[in-house]
Amino acid sequence: MGRAVNVLYFAWVRQKTGTSGETVEADAATVRALAEHLRARGGGYAEAFADLARLRAAVNQEHVPFDAAIAADDEIAFFPPVTGG
Amino acid sequence: MSRAAIRIGPEDFDPAAELAALGSAGAVASFTGHVRAEPGLVALALEHYPAMTAREIARHAEEAQARWPLLALRIVHRVGRLEPGARIVFVGTASRHRRAAFEACEFLIDYLKIRAPFWKLEERGDGNRWVEAKESDDAAAQRWGR
Repeated sequence: MGRAVNVLYFAWVRQKTGTSGETVEADAATVRALAEHLRARGGGYAEAFADLARLRAAVNQEHVPFDAAIAADDEIAFFPPVTGG
Repeated sequence: MSRAAIRIGPEDFDPAAELAALGSAGAVASFTGHVRAEPGLVALALEHYPAMTAREIARHAEEAQARWPLLALRIVHRVGRLEPGARIVFVGTASRHRRAAFEACEFLIDYLKIRAPFWKLEERGDGNRWVEAKESDDAAAQRWGR
């Protein structure tokens, strides 16, 4: 069985998925595998995750590359490149 | 360790009060960012990832304190809906000498721009659109050795 992780979405990723966060059960060992799992849901998720080059990710509030490993109960966030200041 | 004050929230701030709180030990440098007025722009809505924003900003404040001999630093970043001309961000640094104060201030605002998880939605007369990150901001980060 897969692992349950807490997934958060921000900015246009949140608008396309239609939710700011959810618990996801997936057999995904990396951020990339989780993104591909979400993309396969179709609809707004397919749009949000169509091009991973347009996205950034964080695991437990740390910026990470898409190859980063994930574990059960991690907080994984997907968002566009940041534009603060 | 020097004093660091960090606030993230919708409230406006008073730059004069922020400067005064940095003390008078020799050199105080600051940066204040405002919403730029642009044709058609009604407002900006700033969204953030609160848990990560707090961690990222605290970490960069610690890094600035390790790199420069700072006596105090203050960071204010607003979120929510802001109209053109509104203040968005304040970074202030205090040191005995100007160079440390200037450099640490510039380091902190560059890092807020490129690492802190904030996003801006432009509200325009003809609809809304997300502000895209700029490559020039990545270049600013490389300047600080990352």
